[in-house]
Amino acid sequence: MEKEPASKVELPAGAGGGEIPSFDITLKVRRYNPEVSDEAHWDEWQLTMYGTDRVLDALHKVKWEHDGSVSFRRSCAHGVCGSDAMRINGRNRLACKTLLKDLDTSKPILVEPIKGLPVEKDLIVDMEPFFQSYREIMPFLITKGHEPTKERLQSAEDRERYDDTTKCILCAACTSSCPVFWTDGQYFGPAAIVNAHRFIFDSRDDAGDMRLEILNDKEGVWRCRTTFNCTDACPRGIQVTKAIAEVKQAILTRRV
Amino acid sequence: MAVPTVESPRSGRVSPGYSRTRSSRGNFEMGAWLFMRLSGVVLVVMIFVHLWTSLVAGDGISQVDFGFVAGKWASPIWQVWDLAMLWLAMLHGTNGVRTIINDYAEKNSTRMWLKGVLYTATVVIILLGTLVIFTFDPCPVIDGVAHVASYCPTA
Repeated sequence: MEKEPASKVELPAGAGGGEIPSFDITLKVRRYNPEVSDEAHWDEWQLTMYGTDRVLDALHKVKWEHDGSVSFRRSCAHGVCGSDAMRINGRNRLACKTLLKDLDTSKPILVEPIKGLPVEKDLIVDMEPFFQSYREIMPFLITKGHEPTKERLQSAEDRERYDDTTKCILCAACTSSCPVFWTDGQYFGPAAIVNAHRFIFDSRDDAGDMRLEILNDKEGVWRCRTTFNCTDACPRGIQVTKAIAEVKQAILTRRV
Repeated sequence: MAVPTVESPRSGRVSPGYSRTRSSRGNFEMGAWLFMRLSGVVLVVMIFVHLWTSLVAGDGISQVDFGFVAGKWASPIWQVWDLAMLWLAMLHGTNGVRTIINDYAEKNSTRMWLKGVLYTATVVIILLGTLVIFTFDPCPVIDGVAHVASYCPTA
């Protein structure tokens, strides 16, 4: 067998149909089970994985073949549901969108729960504080006047205005990458602001002022320090920090 | 006695540490955010003019002594300039440290104490600086003894 390269597995081009290169990895998972111990610890496994495998596949392999007690969330496993955000090698990502070959396989791959939210078990965190902030910005269409008899029409330009923030899947990768949120969990967080942005700049919605008022809070948009951690973390590529800046601008121009 | 029940894990209960008990809306944080940006721009201009007039123009750094400072503050323009610079720089810096305390202190009591120290220091420095700008005397007479420097008029 060929010796493995020091870093980043190179997949040979045109390796032939059905032939997928394999490589060995060390997977280290942060374990926590409050029913056994208050202390978290690392467990590690040596696995032989394939060039098409993602971190989620490695976790599946561990759970299905090595240690069934490893706990993590995943639903669709294809980057749409946003269940499996976790801290992989110190960065928030979706385990189902992170290919093992894109990570440094010469070193152990570290998998931890996302930071800033209470850990319930292993990689599962309590998402309630996150969803509470989301609920507070009223993430639903609010309109005035009569119901139209047909659908509410919108021009392509008006739709384009908030297109970026419609992509959010509420995985919490952004909010749990924000150092301001880590401190005390009081900050609304990037995800709530992104979803407020989606309605504030929607031409069909009439409650923009209410949402701006909610975010003009001590713990609202003004706690953003533009560290861009959220933009880096977003698995959907949303320009999160830009969206927050636009909400700041909207509050300013409404009030000054 | 009520039978202890295991709480449903999906009860929608938010851990107490995370709930925002009272909403603290108001325009203070917005004002502070705006002030940081505006005062920052103004300070860049003020500080570089200050540095240039004091350290580059004229005889440069060797000209700076009590007499030079008193000469500048004889003009109301420099009095207002330095006063504005003092206030803006102090408030800008204080607000910056205030946000750092908010970001890094985890307990409200720690925050309160740190900010108490910060605000006290700010008030003392601003008042002292303002007093000096308007009452500065380069040739003071202390206990009847004139501390005459070379630039002071001899009595």
